[in-house]
Amino acid sequence: MSDTPAGPEDVRHVAELARVDLDDDTVDEFAAQFADILDYFETLDEVPEVDREADLVNVMRPDEEHEGLTQEEALQNAEETEDGYFKGPNVS
Amino acid sequence: MSENIFITEETAAGDDDGPLADKTVAVKDNISTEGIRTTCGSAMLDEYVPPYDATVVERLKDAGADVAGKANMDEFGMGTTTETSAFGPTDNPAAPGHVPGGSSGGSAAAVAAGEADLALGSDTGGSVRCPAAFCGVVGIKPTYGLVSRYGLVAYANSLEQIGPLAPTVEEAAELLDAISGPDPNDATTREEGADTDYAAAADGDVDGLEIGVPTELLDGADDGVVEQFWSAIDELEAQGASYHEVSLPSVEHAVEAYYVIAMSEASSNLARFDGVRYGHSGGFEGNWNEAFSKARREGFGDEVKRRILLGTYALSAGYHDKYYKKAQDARAWVKQDFDEALADADVLASPTMPIPPFELGESLDDPLKMYLADANTTPVNLADLPAISVPAGETDGLPVGLQLIGPAFGEETIVRAASALDQG
Repeated sequence: MSDTPAGPEDVRHVAELARVDLDDDTVDEFAAQFADILDYFETLDEVPEVDREADLVNVMRPDEEHEGLTQEEALQNAEETEDGYFKGPNVS
Repeated sequence: MSENIFITEETAAGDDDGPLADKTVAVKDNISTEGIRTTCGSAMLDEYVPPYDATVVERLKDAGADVAGKANMDEFGMGTTTETSAFGPTDNPAAPGHVPGGSSGGSAAAVAAGEADLALGSDTGGSVRCPAAFCGVVGIKPTYGLVSRYGLVAYANSLEQIGPLAPTVEEAAELLDAISGPDPNDATTREEGADTDYAAAADGDVDGLEIGVPTELLDGADDGVVEQFWSAIDELEAQGASYHEVSLPSVEHAVEAYYVIAMSEASSNLARFDGVRYGHSGGFEGNWNEAFSKARREGFGDEVKRRILLGTYALSAGYHDKYYKKAQDARAWVKQDFDEALADADVLASPTMPIPPFELGESLDDPLKMYLADANTTPVNLADLPAISVPAGETDGLPVGLQLIGPAFGEETIVRAASALDQG
Protein backbone atom coordinates (compact mmCIF):
# COMPACT_ATOMS: atom_id res chain seq x y z
CA MET A 1 0.00 0.00 0.00
CA SER A 2 1.11 3.55 -0.64
CA ASP A 3 2.07 5.66 2.34
CA THR A 4 -0.12 8.40 0.94
CA PRO A 5 -2.56 7.24 -1.72
CA ALA A 6 -2.95 9.74 -4.54
CA GLY A 7 -5.88 12.04 -3.80
CA PRO A 8 -7.58 14.80 -5.79
CA GLU A 9 -4.96 17.31 -4.60
CA ASP A 10 -2.13 15.19 -6.01
CA VAL A 11 -3.96 14.87 -9.30
CA ARG A 12 -4.46 18.64 -9.45
CA HIS A 13 -0.79 19.20 -8.62
CA VAL A 14 0.58 16.93 -11.39
CA ALA A 15 -2.01 18.28 -13.83
CA GLU A 16 -0.62 21.75 -13.17
CA LEU A 17 2.96 20.54 -13.62
CA ALA A 18 1.99 18.82 -16.88
CA ARG A 19 -0.04 21.82 -18.12
CA VAL A 20 -3.26 19.86 -18.54
CA ASP A 21 -6.37 21.64 -17.30
CA LEU A 22 -8.89 19.17 -15.80
CA ASP A 23 -12.52 19.52 -14.81
CA ASP A 24 -13.56 18.44 -11.31
CA ASP A 25 -15.24 15.20 -12.41
CA THR A 26 -12.09 14.09 -14.22
CA VAL A 27 -9.99 14.93 -11.15
CA ASP A 28 -12.16 12.66 -8.99
CA GLU A 29 -12.20 9.87 -11.56
CA PHE A 30 -8.42 10.01 -12.01
CA ALA A 31 -7.82 10.08 -8.25
CA ALA A 32 -9.73 6.80 -7.85
CA GLN A 33 -7.94 5.19 -10.82
CA PHE A 34 -4.50 6.48 -9.81
CA ALA A 35 -4.88 4.90 -6.36
CA ASP A 36 -5.34 1.47 -8.00
CA ILE A 37 -2.65 1.94 -10.62
CA LEU A 38 -0.02 3.38 -8.27
CA ASP A 39 -0.78 0.64 -5.76
CA TYR A 40 -0.01 -1.84 -8.53
CA PHE A 41 3.21 0.01 -9.45
CA GLU A 42 4.29 -0.41 -5.81
CA THR A 43 5.05 -4.07 -6.54
CA LEU A 44 8.23 -2.74 -8.18
CA ASP A 45 9.54 -2.62 -4.60
CA GLU A 46 10.10 -6.38 -4.92
CA VAL A 47 12.55 -5.87 -7.80
CA PRO A 48 16.18 -6.49 -6.77
CA GLU A 49 18.90 -4.03 -7.77
CA VAL A 50 20.34 -5.28 -11.02
CA ASP A 51 23.70 -4.47 -12.58
CA ARG A 52 23.14 -2.93 -15.96
CA GLU A 53 25.58 -4.18 -18.54
CA ALA A 54 25.00 -1.19 -20.72
CA ASP A 55 27.09 -1.45 -23.84
CA LEU A 56 26.56 2.07 -25.04
CA VAL A 57 28.45 4.01 -27.67
CA ASN A 58 27.98 7.56 -28.82
CA VAL A 59 26.87 7.88 -32.40
CA MET A 60 28.44 10.98 -33.90
CA ARG A 61 28.32 12.53 -37.31
CA PRO A 62 30.10 15.54 -38.75
CA ASP A 63 28.31 18.79 -38.00
CA GLU A 64 27.45 19.71 -41.56
CA GLU A 65 24.70 21.83 -43.01
CA HIS A 66 21.79 19.94 -44.56
CA GLU A 67 18.68 20.95 -46.41
CA GLY A 68 15.89 21.53 -43.92
CA LEU A 69 12.28 22.63 -44.05
CA THR A 70 11.65 25.98 -45.66
CA GLN A 71 10.28 28.69 -43.40
CA GLU A 72 6.95 28.34 -45.19
CA GLU A 73 6.85 24.58 -44.57
CA ALA A 74 7.80 25.00 -40.92
CA LEU A 75 4.98 27.51 -40.41
CA GLN A 76 2.30 25.75 -42.45
CA ASN A 77 0.69 23.98 -39.47
CA ALA A 78 0.70 26.90 -37.05
CA GLU A 79 -2.70 28.41 -36.25
CA GLU A 80 -1.19 31.86 -35.78
CA THR A 81 1.89 33.37 -37.36
CA GLU A 82 3.16 36.92 -37.73
CA ASP A 83 5.88 38.23 -40.05
CA GLY A 84 7.18 34.71 -40.69
CA TYR A 85 7.28 33.74 -37.01
CA PHE A 86 5.15 31.51 -34.79
CA LYS A 87 2.83 33.54 -32.62
CA GLY A 88 2.23 32.20 -29.11
CA PRO A 89 0.28 33.41 -26.08
CA ASN A 90 1.74 35.96 -23.66
CA VAL A 91 4.56 34.55 -21.57
CA SER A 92 3.39 36.16 -18.34
CA MET B 1 -15.78 0.49 -44.64
CA SER B 2 -18.15 0.11 -41.72
CA GLU B 3 -15.24 -1.07 -39.61
CA ASN B 4 -13.75 2.46 -39.37
CA ILE B 5 -10.33 1.21 -40.47
CA PHE B 6 -8.91 4.42 -41.96
CA ILE B 7 -8.81 7.90 -40.48
CA THR B 8 -7.73 9.33 -43.85
CA GLU B 9 -8.23 7.44 -47.10
CA GLU B 10 -5.93 9.59 -49.20
CA THR B 11 -3.38 7.50 -51.08
CA ALA B 12 0.20 8.06 -52.24
CA ALA B 13 1.80 6.26 -55.16
CA GLY B 14 5.22 4.63 -54.89
CA ASP B 15 7.80 3.92 -57.58
CA ASP B 16 6.79 1.87 -60.62
CA ASP B 17 8.94 -1.11 -59.80
CA GLY B 18 10.64 -2.68 -56.82
CA PRO B 19 10.18 -5.66 -54.52
CA LEU B 20 6.79 -4.34 -53.32
CA ALA B 21 5.51 -3.16 -56.73
CA ASP B 22 1.69 -3.06 -56.88
CA LYS B 23 1.34 -3.73 -53.13
CA THR B 24 -0.80 -1.39 -51.07
CA VAL B 25 0.22 -0.56 -47.52
CA ALA B 26 -2.00 0.88 -44.77
CA VAL B 27 0.14 3.22 -42.65
CA LYS B 28 -0.60 3.78 -38.97
CA ASP B 29 -1.60 7.39 -38.44
CA ASN B 30 1.35 8.20 -36.14
CA ILE B 31 3.79 7.73 -39.05
CA SER B 32 4.38 10.97 -40.97
CA THR B 33 3.26 11.14 -44.60
CA GLU B 34 4.18 14.22 -46.63
CA GLY B 35 1.08 16.14 -47.64
CA ILE B 36 -1.29 13.62 -46.00
CA ARG B 37 -2.91 14.42 -42.67
CA THR B 38 -1.31 12.55 -39.75
CA THR B 39 -3.48 12.73 -36.65
CA CYS B 40 -2.15 10.09 -34.22
CA GLY B 41 -5.83 9.35 -33.54
CA SER B 42 -6.01 12.64 -31.65
CA ALA B 43 -8.12 15.77 -31.85
CA MET B 44 -4.88 17.58 -31.01
CA LEU B 45 -3.54 16.82 -34.51
CA ASP B 46 -6.87 16.80 -36.35
CA GLU B 47 -5.57 19.13 -39.06
CA TYR B 48 -1.85 18.41 -38.95
CA VAL B 49 -0.26 17.77 -42.37
CA PRO B 50 3.44 16.82 -42.15
CA PRO B 51 5.80 18.55 -44.59
CA TYR B 52 7.95 15.40 -44.87
CA ASP B 53 7.78 11.60 -45.08
CA ALA B 54 8.94 9.28 -42.31
CA THR B 55 11.95 7.21 -43.39
CA VAL B 56 9.83 4.04 -43.51
CA VAL B 57 7.34 5.74 -45.85
CA GLU B 58 10.16 6.86 -48.17
CA ARG B 59 11.44 3.29 -48.19
CA LEU B 60 7.98 1.86 -48.93
CA LYS B 61 7.63 4.13 -51.93
CA ASP B 62 11.18 3.32 -53.10
CA ALA B 63 10.26 -0.37 -52.92
CA GLY B 64 7.31 0.28 -55.24
CA ALA B 65 4.48 0.13 -52.72
CA ASP B 66 1.53 2.54 -52.62
CA VAL B 67 0.20 4.05 -49.39
CA ALA B 68 -3.43 2.86 -49.08
CA GLY B 69 -4.45 5.33 -46.38
CA LYS B 70 -3.79 6.29 -42.76
CA ALA B 71 -5.00 3.63 -40.35
CA ASN B 72 -6.95 4.20 -37.15
CA MET B 73 -5.16 3.77 -33.83
CA ASP B 74 -5.38 4.38 -30.12
CA GLU B 75 -4.65 8.04 -29.48
CA PHE B 76 -0.86 8.53 -29.62
CA GLY B 77 -0.46 4.74 -29.43
CA MET B 78 -1.91 4.58 -25.93
CA GLY B 79 -4.26 1.61 -25.66
CA THR B 80 -4.73 -2.08 -26.27
CA THR B 81 -8.04 -1.89 -28.13
CA THR B 82 -8.11 1.01 -30.67
CA GLU B 83 -11.05 2.45 -28.74
CA THR B 84 -9.25 5.56 -27.46
CA SER B 85 -9.03 7.09 -30.96
CA ALA B 86 -10.65 10.51 -31.24
CA PHE B 87 -12.09 9.20 -34.52
CA GLY B 88 -14.05 6.35 -32.93
CA PRO B 89 -13.25 2.66 -32.41
CA THR B 90 -12.39 0.21 -35.18
CA ASP B 91 -14.40 -3.01 -35.40
CA ASN B 92 -12.55 -6.32 -35.77
CA PRO B 93 -13.12 -7.78 -39.28
CA ALA B 94 -12.12 -11.24 -38.00
CA ALA B 95 -14.48 -11.07 -35.00
CA PRO B 96 -17.19 -8.42 -35.48
CA GLY B 97 -18.34 -6.75 -32.28
CA HIS B 98 -14.91 -7.21 -30.74
CA VAL B 99 -11.94 -4.87 -30.58
CA PRO B 100 -9.19 -5.30 -33.19
CA GLY B 101 -6.57 -4.89 -30.45
CA GLY B 102 -4.34 -1.91 -30.18
CA SER B 103 -2.83 0.38 -30.61
CA SER B 104 -2.26 -0.46 -34.31
CA GLY B 105 -5.82 -1.81 -34.63
CA GLY B 106 -6.64 -0.03 -37.88
CA SER B 107 -3.48 -1.41 -39.51
CA ALA B 108 -4.27 -5.02 -38.54
CA ALA B 109 -7.93 -4.60 -39.49
CA ALA B 110 -6.94 -3.22 -42.92
CA VAL B 111 -5.00 -6.42 -43.62
CA ALA B 112 -7.67 -8.71 -42.14
CA ALA B 113 -10.42 -7.04 -44.19
CA GLY B 114 -8.35 -7.00 -47.39
CA GLU B 115 -8.45 -3.17 -47.52
CA ALA B 116 -4.66 -3.22 -47.94
CA ASP B 117 -2.16 -5.94 -48.86
CA LEU B 118 0.16 -4.99 -46.00
CA ALA B 119 0.32 -2.52 -43.13
CA LEU B 120 2.71 -0.67 -40.87
CA GLY B 121 2.09 -0.33 -37.15
CA SER B 122 4.23 0.72 -34.21
CA ASP B 123 4.91 -1.47 -31.18
CA THR B 124 5.76 0.16 -27.84
CA GLY B 125 4.48 -2.56 -25.53
CA GLY B 126 2.84 -4.94 -27.99
CA SER B 127 0.96 -2.60 -30.31
CA VAL B 128 1.76 -4.56 -33.50
CA ARG B 129 1.56 -8.07 -32.01
CA CYS B 130 -1.68 -7.53 -30.05
CA PRO B 131 -3.81 -6.42 -33.03
CA ALA B 132 -2.13 -9.08 -35.22
CA ALA B 133 -3.24 -11.73 -32.71
CA PHE B 134 -6.76 -10.29 -32.30
CA CYS B 135 -7.30 -9.92 -36.09
CA GLY B 136 -5.77 -13.25 -37.14
CA VAL B 137 -2.84 -11.79 -39.12
CA VAL B 138 0.97 -11.78 -38.78
CA GLY B 139 2.82 -8.95 -37.02
CA ILE B 140 6.51 -8.41 -36.28
CA LYS B 141 8.06 -6.24 -33.57
CA PRO B 142 11.66 -5.75 -34.77
CA THR B 143 14.76 -5.60 -32.58
CA TYR B 144 15.21 -2.08 -31.18
CA GLY B 145 17.34 -0.14 -33.68
CA LEU B 146 16.53 -2.27 -36.75
CA VAL B 147 13.97 0.16 -38.17
CA SER B 148 14.24 3.95 -38.26
CA ARG B 149 11.85 5.92 -36.04
CA TYR B 150 12.44 9.15 -37.97
CA GLY B 151 9.00 10.58 -38.67
CA LEU B 152 7.23 8.37 -36.11
CA VAL B 153 5.45 10.69 -33.68
CA ALA B 154 7.16 9.76 -30.41
CA TYR B 155 5.30 8.12 -27.53
CA ALA B 156 8.07 6.24 -25.67
CA ASN B 157 11.31 6.39 -27.67
CA SER B 158 13.32 3.81 -25.77
CA LEU B 159 10.67 1.12 -26.34
CA GLU B 160 8.95 1.67 -29.66
CA GLN B 161 9.68 0.22 -33.09
CA ILE B 162 7.74 0.41 -36.35
CA GLY B 163 6.76 -3.08 -37.51
CA PRO B 164 5.00 -4.82 -40.42
CA LEU B 165 1.59 -6.55 -40.49
CA ALA B 166 0.62 -8.97 -43.29
CA PRO B 167 -1.56 -11.98 -44.09
CA THR B 168 1.47 -14.33 -44.12
CA VAL B 169 4.87 -14.55 -42.43
CA GLU B 170 6.68 -14.27 -45.75
CA GLU B 171 4.87 -11.07 -46.72
CA ALA B 172 5.51 -9.53 -43.29
CA ALA B 173 9.20 -10.41 -43.72
CA GLU B 174 9.26 -8.81 -47.20
CA LEU B 175 7.89 -5.58 -45.78
CA LEU B 176 10.45 -5.71 -42.96
CA ASP B 177 13.21 -6.14 -45.55
CA ALA B 178 11.99 -2.97 -47.27
CA ILE B 179 11.94 -0.76 -44.16
CA SER B 180 14.88 -2.00 -42.05
CA GLY B 181 18.39 -0.64 -42.03
CA PRO B 182 20.48 2.27 -40.79
CA ASP B 183 19.22 5.84 -41.23
CA PRO B 184 21.33 8.95 -40.75
CA ASN B 185 18.21 10.66 -39.38
CA ASP B 186 17.88 8.18 -36.47
CA ALA B 187 21.07 7.66 -34.48
CA THR B 188 19.56 4.64 -32.69
CA THR B 189 19.46 2.60 -35.92
CA ARG B 190 22.07 -0.11 -36.40
CA GLU B 191 23.99 -1.63 -39.31
CA GLU B 192 22.38 -5.05 -38.82
CA GLY B 193 19.30 -4.09 -40.81
CA ALA B 194 21.20 -3.32 -44.03
CA ASP B 195 20.84 -5.74 -46.97
CA THR B 196 18.56 -8.19 -45.19
CA ASP B 197 16.62 -11.03 -46.79
CA TYR B 198 14.21 -12.05 -44.05
CA ALA B 199 11.67 -13.21 -46.64
CA ALA B 200 14.06 -15.98 -47.72
CA ALA B 201 14.07 -17.25 -44.12
CA ALA B 202 10.34 -18.05 -44.36
CA ASP B 203 11.09 -21.58 -45.52
CA GLY B 204 9.21 -23.46 -42.78
CA ASP B 205 12.30 -25.41 -41.73
CA VAL B 206 12.13 -25.95 -37.96
CA ASP B 207 14.04 -29.23 -37.85
CA GLY B 208 16.27 -29.08 -34.74
CA LEU B 209 14.73 -25.80 -33.47
CA GLU B 210 14.80 -25.58 -29.66
CA ILE B 211 11.85 -23.69 -28.14
CA GLY B 212 11.81 -22.36 -24.58
CA VAL B 213 8.36 -21.93 -23.01
CA PRO B 214 8.35 -19.39 -20.15
CA THR B 215 5.87 -20.82 -17.66
CA GLU B 216 5.06 -17.37 -16.26
CA LEU B 217 3.59 -16.33 -19.62
CA LEU B 218 1.05 -19.16 -19.50
CA ASP B 219 -0.03 -18.53 -15.91
CA GLY B 220 -3.35 -16.77 -15.80
CA ALA B 221 -4.00 -17.10 -19.54
CA ASP B 222 -7.47 -18.03 -20.74
CA ASP B 223 -7.96 -21.84 -21.04
CA GLY B 224 -8.98 -21.71 -24.70
CA VAL B 225 -5.90 -19.62 -25.51
CA VAL B 226 -3.60 -22.07 -23.67
CA GLU B 227 -5.15 -24.99 -25.56
CA GLN B 228 -4.42 -23.34 -28.92
CA PHE B 229 -0.92 -22.47 -27.74
CA TRP B 230 -0.06 -26.10 -26.98
CA SER B 231 -1.51 -27.36 -30.23
CA ALA B 232 0.77 -24.89 -32.08
CA ILE B 233 3.76 -26.21 -30.11
CA ASP B 234 2.65 -29.80 -30.97
CA GLU B 235 2.61 -28.86 -34.63
CA LEU B 236 6.13 -27.41 -34.43
CA GLU B 237 7.27 -30.60 -32.63
CA ALA B 238 5.74 -32.72 -35.38
CA GLN B 239 7.92 -30.78 -37.82
CA GLY B 240 11.14 -31.51 -35.93
CA ALA B 241 11.31 -28.82 -33.22
CA SER B 242 11.58 -29.61 -29.52
CA TYR B 243 10.65 -27.59 -26.45
CA HIS B 244 11.48 -27.22 -22.79
CA GLU B 245 9.94 -25.09 -20.05
CA VAL B 246 11.89 -22.15 -18.64
CA SER B 247 11.28 -19.76 -15.78
CA LEU B 248 11.62 -15.99 -16.18
CA PRO B 249 10.89 -14.62 -12.70
CA SER B 250 11.44 -11.01 -13.82
CA VAL B 251 8.49 -10.95 -16.22
CA GLU B 252 6.12 -10.78 -13.24
CA HIS B 253 7.20 -7.14 -12.96
CA ALA B 254 7.40 -6.31 -16.66
CA VAL B 255 3.96 -4.75 -17.02
CA GLU B 256 4.41 -2.25 -14.20
CA ALA B 257 7.98 -1.44 -15.32
CA TYR B 258 6.75 -0.96 -18.87
CA TYR B 259 3.96 1.41 -17.87
CA VAL B 260 6.15 3.48 -15.55
CA ILE B 261 8.82 3.90 -18.26
CA ALA B 262 6.35 4.45 -21.13
CA MET B 263 4.26 6.97 -19.19
CA SER B 264 7.37 8.83 -18.02
CA GLU B 265 8.68 9.11 -21.56
CA ALA B 266 5.20 10.07 -22.80
CA SER B 267 4.91 12.89 -20.26
CA SER B 268 8.08 14.36 -21.73
CA ASN B 269 7.37 13.63 -25.42
CA LEU B 270 3.84 15.02 -25.36
CA ALA B 271 4.99 18.30 -23.80
CA ARG B 272 5.59 19.52 -27.36
CA PHE B 273 1.86 19.70 -28.07
CA ASP B 274 1.12 23.27 -27.09
CA GLY B 275 -0.83 24.33 -30.18
CA VAL B 276 1.70 27.00 -31.12
CA ARG B 277 3.78 25.44 -33.91
CA TYR B 278 1.23 22.80 -34.92
CA GLY B 279 -1.85 21.17 -33.51
CA HIS B 280 -4.94 22.43 -31.75
CA SER B 281 -4.50 25.80 -30.01
CA GLY B 282 -8.10 26.70 -29.22
CA GLY B 283 -7.15 30.37 -29.37
CA PHE B 284 -7.46 30.79 -25.61
CA GLU B 285 -6.79 34.03 -23.77
CA GLY B 286 -4.49 34.19 -20.79
CA ASN B 287 -0.79 33.67 -20.27
CA TRP B 288 1.28 30.91 -21.84
CA ASN B 289 0.59 28.30 -19.14
CA GLU B 290 -3.15 28.94 -19.02
CA ALA B 291 -3.61 28.91 -22.78
CA PHE B 292 -1.41 25.84 -23.09
CA SER B 293 -3.32 23.92 -20.35
CA LYS B 294 -6.69 24.68 -21.93
CA ALA B 295 -5.53 23.66 -25.41
CA ARG B 296 -4.28 20.35 -23.99
CA ARG B 297 -7.52 19.79 -22.07
CA GLU B 298 -9.45 20.07 -25.35
CA GLY B 299 -6.96 18.29 -27.56
CA PHE B 300 -6.13 15.18 -25.53
CA GLY B 301 -8.46 12.29 -24.70
CA ASP B 302 -8.70 10.72 -21.23
CA GLU B 303 -6.21 7.88 -21.75
CA VAL B 304 -3.55 10.32 -22.96
CA LYS B 305 -4.19 12.67 -20.02
CA ARG B 306 -4.08 9.71 -17.64
CA ARG B 307 -0.67 8.61 -18.93
CA ILE B 308 0.84 12.11 -19.06
CA LEU B 309 -0.24 12.71 -15.47
CA LEU B 310 0.92 9.33 -14.15
CA GLY B 311 4.25 9.82 -15.96
CA THR B 312 4.63 13.29 -14.49
CA TYR B 313 3.85 11.85 -11.06
CA ALA B 314 6.40 9.03 -11.46
CA LEU B 315 9.13 11.52 -12.39
CA SER B 316 8.23 14.19 -9.83
CA ALA B 317 10.40 15.05 -6.85
CA GLY B 318 10.29 12.37 -4.19
CA TYR B 319 8.91 9.64 -6.44
CA HIS B 320 11.64 9.25 -9.05
CA ASP B 321 13.59 6.60 -7.09
CA LYS B 322 10.43 4.81 -6.03
CA TYR B 323 8.99 4.33 -9.52
CA TYR B 324 11.29 5.26 -12.41
CA LYS B 325 14.58 3.97 -10.97
CA LYS B 326 12.93 0.72 -9.85
CA ALA B 327 11.38 0.32 -13.29
CA GLN B 328 14.84 0.64 -14.86
CA ASP B 329 16.10 -2.06 -12.48
CA ALA B 330 13.22 -4.28 -13.58
CA ARG B 331 14.08 -3.57 -17.20
CA ALA B 332 17.71 -4.68 -16.67
CA TRP B 333 16.46 -7.79 -14.85
CA VAL B 334 14.12 -8.68 -17.71
CA LYS B 335 16.97 -8.32 -20.22
CA GLN B 336 19.19 -10.55 -18.11
CA ASP B 337 16.47 -13.21 -17.78
CA PHE B 338 15.83 -13.26 -21.53
CA ASP B 339 19.56 -13.48 -22.33
CA GLU B 340 19.90 -16.50 -20.05
CA ALA B 341 16.80 -18.22 -21.44
CA LEU B 342 17.92 -17.60 -25.02
CA ALA B 343 21.33 -19.14 -24.29
CA ASP B 344 19.55 -22.54 -24.16
CA ALA B 345 16.84 -21.95 -26.77
CA ASP B 346 16.59 -20.59 -30.30
CA VAL B 347 13.26 -18.93 -29.62
CA LEU B 348 10.88 -18.45 -26.69
CA ALA B 349 7.17 -19.11 -27.25
CA SER B 350 4.03 -17.85 -25.51
CA PRO B 351 0.48 -16.86 -26.35
CA THR B 352 0.68 -13.32 -27.81
CA MET B 353 -2.29 -12.19 -25.71
CA PRO B 354 -3.43 -14.10 -22.62
CA ILE B 355 -7.05 -13.48 -23.60
CA PRO B 356 -9.19 -13.48 -26.76
CA PRO B 357 -10.32 -10.07 -28.10
CA PHE B 358 -12.41 -7.97 -25.68
CA GLU B 359 -15.91 -7.04 -26.71
CA LEU B 360 -16.11 -3.43 -27.89
CA GLY B 361 -16.52 -1.18 -24.83
CA GLU B 362 -15.67 -3.90 -22.33
CA SER B 363 -12.39 -2.52 -20.93
CA LEU B 364 -12.78 1.23 -21.34
CA ASP B 365 -13.75 2.03 -17.76
CA ASP B 366 -11.03 -0.05 -16.15
CA PRO B 367 -7.58 1.07 -17.31
CA LEU B 368 -5.73 -1.34 -15.01
CA LYS B 369 -7.54 -4.29 -16.56
CA MET B 370 -6.44 -3.12 -20.00
CA TYR B 371 -2.85 -2.63 -18.84
CA LEU B 372 -2.67 -6.18 -17.44
CA ALA B 373 -3.62 -7.65 -20.83
CA ASP B 374 -0.14 -6.60 -22.02
CA ALA B 375 1.66 -9.08 -19.74
CA ASN B 376 3.13 -11.23 -22.52
CA THR B 377 4.17 -8.52 -24.97
CA THR B 378 5.73 -5.77 -22.79
CA PRO B 379 8.75 -7.83 -21.58
CA VAL B 380 9.99 -8.04 -25.19
CA ASN B 381 10.07 -4.24 -25.58
CA LEU B 382 11.87 -3.85 -22.25
CA ALA B 383 14.51 -6.32 -23.47
CA ASP B 384 14.79 -4.66 -26.96
CA LEU B 385 14.25 -8.09 -28.61
CA PRO B 386 12.41 -9.10 -31.81
CA ALA B 387 9.13 -11.02 -31.67
CA ILE B 388 6.51 -12.20 -34.12
CA SER B 389 2.81 -12.96 -33.65
CA VAL B 390 1.44 -15.64 -35.98
CA PRO B 391 -2.16 -16.95 -36.06
CA ALA B 392 -2.66 -20.11 -33.98
CA GLY B 393 -6.29 -21.07 -34.46
CA GLU B 394 -9.36 -19.81 -32.64
CA THR B 395 -11.14 -20.16 -29.34
CA ASP B 396 -14.94 -19.75 -29.44
CA GLY B 397 -14.58 -18.30 -32.93
CA LEU B 398 -12.08 -15.65 -31.78
CA PRO B 399 -8.49 -15.49 -33.14
CA VAL B 400 -5.54 -16.60 -31.01
CA GLY B 401 -1.92 -15.59 -31.70
CA LEU B 402 1.32 -17.40 -30.94
CA GLN B 403 4.28 -15.19 -30.02
CA LEU B 404 7.84 -16.26 -30.87
CA ILE B 405 10.65 -14.20 -29.32
CA GLY B 406 14.22 -14.28 -30.66
CA PRO B 407 17.64 -12.97 -29.63
CA ALA B 408 18.61 -9.42 -30.65
CA PHE B 409 18.74 -9.18 -34.47
CA GLY B 410 17.48 -12.80 -34.65
CA GLU B 411 14.65 -11.85 -37.04
CA GLU B 412 15.55 -14.70 -39.41
CA THR B 413 15.05 -17.27 -36.67
CA ILE B 414 11.61 -16.04 -35.62
CA VAL B 415 10.52 -15.68 -39.26
CA ARG B 416 11.65 -19.24 -40.02
CA ALA B 417 9.95 -20.68 -36.92
CA ALA B 418 6.69 -18.78 -37.50
CA SER B 419 6.59 -19.75 -41.18
CA ALA B 420 6.25 -23.41 -40.15
CA LEU B 421 2.78 -22.49 -38.85
CA ASP B 422 1.77 -20.39 -41.83
CA GLN B 423 -1.54 -21.19 -43.46
CA GLY B 424 -0.30 -19.97 -46.86
